[in-house]
Amino acid sequence: MLRRRLNRLLGRVENRVESRTIYVGHRSSSTNEAIIPPKFCDNRIVSSKYTVWNFLPKNLFEQFRRIANFYFLIIFLVQVIVDTPTSPVTSGLPLFFVITVTAIKQGYEDWLRHKADNEVNKFPVTVLEEGRRIQKESEKIKVGDVVEVKEDETFPCDLILLQSSRVDETCFVTTASLDGESNHKTHYTVPDTEEDLETLNATIECEQPQPDLYKFVGIMNINRHDQESAARSLGPENLLLKGATLKNTQKICGVAIYTGMETKMALNYQGKSQKRSAVEKSINAFLLVYLCILVSKALVCTTLKYVWQNKPGQDEPWYNEKTQREKDTNLYLKMFTDFLSFMVLFNFIIPVSMYVTVEMQKFLGSFFITWDKDFFDPEIKEGALVNTSDLNEELGQVEYVFTDKTGTLTQNNMEFIECCIDGFQYKYPDASSELDGFCVTDGPVNKVQEKAGREKEELFLRALCLCHTVQVKESTEPGQGQEDGLMDQVDGEVLHPPREQRGFIASSPDEVALVKGAMRFGFTFLGLESKNMKILTRNNDIETYELLHVLNFDPVRRRMSVIVRSNSGDTLLFCKGADSSIFPRVKQEEVERIRMNVERNATEGYRTLCVACKYLSAEDYAQADAGLREARLALQDREAKLMAVYNQVETGMSLIGATAVEDRLQEEAAETMEALQGAGIKVWVLTGDKMETAKSTCYACRLFQRSTELLELTVRTLEDGGRKREERLHELLLEYHRKAVQDAPSIKAGVTRTWSSANQDYGFIIDGATLSMVLNASSESNSSSYKNLFLQICQNCTSVLCCRMAPLQKAQIVKMVKNSKGSPITLSIGDGANDVSMILEAHVGIGIKGKEGRQAVRNSDYAIPKLKHLKKLLLAHGHLYYVRIAHLVQYFFYKNLCFILPQFLYQFFCGYSQQPLYDAAYLTMYNICFTSMPILAYSLLEQHICIEVLLDNATLYREIAKNGMLQWRPFLYWTLLGVFHGLLFFFGVRYLFSNPALQDNGQVFGNWSYGTIVFTVLVFTVTLKLALDTRHWTWINHFVIWGSLLFYVFFSFFWGGIIWPFLKQQRLYFVFANMLSSVSAWLVIILLILLSLLPEILLVVFRKPRGPHARQKKPVQSNVGGHQSPRSSARPLLMRTFSDESNTVI
Amino acid sequence: MMASSYNAKDEDGAVTVSLRSKKPENTAFKQQRLPAWQPILTAGTVLPAFFIIGLLFIPIGIGLFVTSNNIKELEIDYTGADVSSPCFNCSQNFSWNSTRPCTCTIPFYLEQPYESNVYVYYGLSNFYQNHRRYVKSRDDSQLNGNMKSLKEPSKECEPYAYHDNKPIAPCGAIANSMFNDTLELFYNDPNGTKIQIPLNTTGIAWWTDKHVKFGNPGVDNPNLTAVFQGTTKPVNWRRPVYELDSDQDNNGFINEDFIVWMRTAALPTFRKLYRIIGKKSGLVPTLPRGNYTLEVVYNYPVRSFEGRKRMILSTVSWMGGKNPFLGIAYVTVGSVCFFLGVVLLVIHHKCGNRNNGGDISN
Repeated sequence: MLRRRLNRLLGRVENRVESRTIYVGHRSSSTNEAIIPPKFCDNRIVSSKYTVWNFLPKNLFEQFRRIANFYFLIIFLVQVIVDTPTSPVTSGLPLFFVITVTAIKQGYEDWLRHKADNEVNKFPVTVLEEGRRIQKESEKIKVGDVVEVKEDETFPCDLILLQSSRVDETCFVTTASLDGESNHKTHYTVPDTEEDLETLNATIECEQPQPDLYKFVGIMNINRHDQESAARSLGPENLLLKGATLKNTQKICGVAIYTGMETKMALNYQGKSQKRSAVEKSINAFLLVYLCILVSKALVCTTLKYVWQNKPGQDEPWYNEKTQREKDTNLYLKMFTDFLSFMVLFNFIIPVSMYVTVEMQKFLGSFFITWDKDFFDPEIKEGALVNTSDLNEELGQVEYVFTDKTGTLTQNNMEFIECCIDGFQYKYPDASSELDGFCVTDGPVNKVQEKAGREKEELFLRALCLCHTVQVKESTEPGQGQEDGLMDQVDGEVLHPPREQRGFIASSPDEVALVKGAMRFGFTFLGLESKNMKILTRNNDIETYELLHVLNFDPVRRRMSVIVRSNSGDTLLFCKGADSSIFPRVKQEEVERIRMNVERNATEGYRTLCVACKYLSAEDYAQADAGLREARLALQDREAKLMAVYNQVETGMSLIGATAVEDRLQEEAAETMEALQGAGIKVWVLTGDKMETAKSTCYACRLFQRSTELLELTVRTLEDGGRKREERLHELLLEYHRKAVQDAPSIKAGVTRTWSSANQDYGFIIDGATLSMVLNASSESNSSSYKNLFLQICQNCTSVLCCRMAPLQKAQIVKMVKNSKGSPITLSIGDGANDVSMILEAHVGIGIKGKEGRQAVRNSDYAIPKLKHLKKLLLAHGHLYYVRIAHLVQYFFYKNLCFILPQFLYQFFCGYSQQPLYDAAYLTMYNICFTSMPILAYSLLEQHICIEVLLDNATLYREIAKNGMLQWRPFLYWTLLGVFHGLLFFFGVRYLFSNPALQDNGQVFGNWSYGTIVFTVLVFTVTLKLALDTRHWTWINHFVIWGSLLFYVFFSFFWGGIIWPFLKQQRLYFVFANMLSSVSAWLVIILLILLSLLPEILLVVFRKPRGPHARQKKPVQSNVGGHQSPRSSARPLLMRTFSDESNTVI
Repeated sequence: MMASSYNAKDEDGAVTVSLRSKKPENTAFKQQRLPAWQPILTAGTVLPAFFIIGLLFIPIGIGLFVTSNNIKELEIDYTGADVSSPCFNCSQNFSWNSTRPCTCTIPFYLEQPYESNVYVYYGLSNFYQNHRRYVKSRDDSQLNGNMKSLKEPSKECEPYAYHDNKPIAPCGAIANSMFNDTLELFYNDPNGTKIQIPLNTTGIAWWTDKHVKFGNPGVDNPNLTAVFQGTTKPVNWRRPVYELDSDQDNNGFINEDFIVWMRTAALPTFRKLYRIIGKKSGLVPTLPRGNYTLEVVYNYPVRSFEGRKRMILSTVSWMGGKNPFLGIAYVTVGSVCFFLGVVLLVIHHKCGNRNNGGDISN
């Protein structure tokens, strides 16, 4: 979000010219003026990165920009240039392999992109030129061309709609591929252009391309020969975006205004910022340590080498003379090359293969999420979706969960519950008997209490019927290709009234619920035809209203209005919106009666809307109409101007009623939240909703318990006592801080907190306005201290509720927590477009495939169908992934440390001459073949605790909190283990070789036998060490572990069994076989393997008491959970009797 | 992985929608429910292992130790570093070009008779045969009998590849520095006669080395002198390679002394098999107790790099030469395991009753 804004700002700076002029059909406005065709880019979409020619250099360049690849390249080059102990092949081969595989993958992806580009660019389109229809390839469209698009085709570029085949000058469009919203959106032709397009002479002036899909301003100047040129405003409703699809309309004509890479779709395409997991940061830290180890090893060896050589006779004994070139080399240069040689010799300590394995683990591992059938939702017939595989392990590290309320905690499945007309409550008797329908002949609506005047009732119901942007689904029209599409509309709500198949489609389910509600009370919305809204009243009369203006809903105003003209000629404004935005705009004496109802409804967890209306006199309307038109025509600051006019129009209304819509809790929302809290995760609810509604949802989800003391920091509490808000804020913050932070030090321990803990739980409530006061406090010093106080309070509360949040504020909160001390891992979960900002901001963003379109899913890292799936995603998958990858990383460093340490130690015995201990084949294959598969299998399949137990026992999640397995302590443990093993391998064999006559025929072993014995011990030990760590032995583990050991043995036989023609030296010829013929070698191998694993086994045994202990506890704990769970089904909120209400001041 | 374009993505999306609408397969693998063995290491399961290891290793260790102790070994340092040493003169007056070999004689006494085969080793100290420059200074292709490599030795052999513009055969530093002391053993019969002990020159190199890895060039040409025509002997050698032995099967590159030398040692102090004294038939010990004389033709200089030279007489067992390390290590590890087993048992019994119950229930 921020980035987009920034981009836009930058874009503005770059494009000095703020608007562009387009000649429709390339006809100039006046004949005497020569057309200077403005240069715009062509309509070619280039999403591919490479061409055939630049693929190799560009791809290589990009690959070597990765620091790891670059490092290996350097090592390789050093090996090529300097005379180094190992041949360049040893490091070149793996690097080549990695680079090639990546290049092939990227090349393939790019080929796909080329294909997709071509498909788009070569798509035939019809362009109207000089009255003829010309078939063109899509890429040849120029700005100003008039393009014809048929039904179900996608628009080839951004078009201004000029002509539609529909009579009402509209067309329907889905933008599923742009923002994921699959509902039909209505777009309008520019007024007065519906005449013959061939003679249309018009220019369009519009802003320069910008990526916001929902914003567009422009003016169309229509020149007519006989008249003055007329100006028409253009808005997003006239703009058809490239990538959207035409629906329900036979064909349209439009003029291209943005083409190719300047279309909004292309501008919107930007790679999501790469999120990096905490594990990756740990890897980098460890890498640094190992790099230091590497450099210091090389330094030590170089220094010692020159010290050693200083002794007479050591540097160049008679049996080992230097070549002439070596003698000639400068001493310092020689030292430097020696240093490099040592680096090369020890470089295997940082293996290329680790990156490959980690990548593979992440990539393959993420399939388990998509494959999980528990994530499959039969309703939408979809499972989980993984958009990035880089963050799997982060799911096991979450400390804060930020959740949206609507659609996430609740189902966003709205049901009209009751309304209040003029202070009287109307309740539909039984929601379940809906199928009987509310028959018109049944007479007046059922009243709970007294009845308001019939007139008021009807006005209210008419308001409900008129004040919305709902479309009626025309299911009677066959062959429109919508039967299949629309029946499962994500956004739509299909309703079956008794008489006629009728469905409503709207972007917000509230609106559908309201229209349906009105229908139940006898007022049916029949549809919108050429700006006329038809409603069927209780008396079966059809009333028609001319729709004059729609004052669209937006989250800032939190209300929407329509201006309609009734048959009788009255001009009416209906407005509905949140109470807070309506109450100040209506007559105050009306408010009180309604407010009571609204608040009661809100406490019961319903979503409330207030409905107001206003009769507009002719002058008023004229004024409003003029204002609206003017604002709509404005090229700059149109938004702000429109807002001003809206605010002006929406005043002095009279409140006619309020509605209550129930939003049911998601399935198992409470259990999920409980599990998350049990896992030590703090749950924050960030919602745009009212505090009361949100609070009741929190109670229902058991985020707040009965015993929870609520600390409230809202506008209401601030206004208490009638002092200045700032003072009160300061006071409250200090008070809460004292309560939550200072008086409760034990809470800080966090881990000790349990369900039955005697500690006071705190819940914190803040609203958007107060939050912005906290964050943007007047004075600089206050701002930081407030923020700190606020953070500290929040961190000590079990749950925090932030209500009345704007989308950007949600992101702000996430960012604040993310950057707070200890940089905790945050997770955002939401389903709507308003959650995108926080989903992008958090470490892990989770989208719910809910009803509010697919935007959240698109921008998320993981998408799940339901909130309840979060529990398994975090507690089971996240936990396992974290354990797996943490073990993978530690194991990799360990196994390479004990691989290279003997080689380092060998330098002390070979005159620091960089003589490798192992054969080149072993050096190369160790990480690629011998030890890579078992750890990969482990890191994909390991379940140290089985999934059911993880799910039942949320507290297990805490054991791995704070990146527990990749802290310095475990790292030190693994490093020491590696050092121990390395020392053991080397010196064990060293003492064996104090008499190298190891065969029973008295023959002796040489240096390659030495290395092979060490290597054999090494391969077996690291593999068996992994086997010891494996708690979950599937056949794959067995196959891979025993298989790779067997492979090692076979490979060694094979490698040593043949005189290889391409090798300069046959170092290993029969070395392995001879080794196996020596009993001593067998004995030492067995001894060393056993001795290496002994501490490990001991540790496991001594650590054990904790293990079974935890396991034993499990059934007990899950029982504890079981006591609570029966109550917590997704029942409608049970908040009628709030004893806890007394805890807070309302 | 996910950085595909929007175009590609849309396409993917379209494809995956149809795929995704299918319910994920309910296979054990995909649901991570593969049947698995879940070993739990508890004191109960590990304890017997400790005892078994202990009980297994201690006897093996004792066996190894006894075996090693039963191996008889005699080491004689004949470097000639001290004035008192018989080889002092030879070591002092060493020069590469001296035509007259310097011989020294060292008497020694065998306290025990040596039975079975006795192996004669020479040992060098502070000799870095594992130096990188040294290790790679050979041409295995040449040694394998490749005619081309014979005439054009590998660059790795530098600076021992050419001498006087002739290719050196065998090239390289390893070959050049081949050990060339001659060691001879005499048994001083109590009746005064000096009996030379026959030393076998074969059977000292790996069979595969002698028969496959090393080979003389021109297999069909039995006249090695002709084959090696056009090459020159290594600088430090006194004889060319085709005069190493009179026996055709032990001459040239397949000379076993040469092959043994070419297998570079792992550590700077090493021994290499020199000769084998075959066991005599009957009950007569191979080397009876008594006085012996070692006669050394002192050709090999080691003083310049402070090296030492040794002659080692040793019998071998199934485990090879004498080395107490394995025996001690096995006994130690075995006892440690046993001890740990006992400690664990105590812990297990003292405070482990509760755990025990837990283990069983698990």
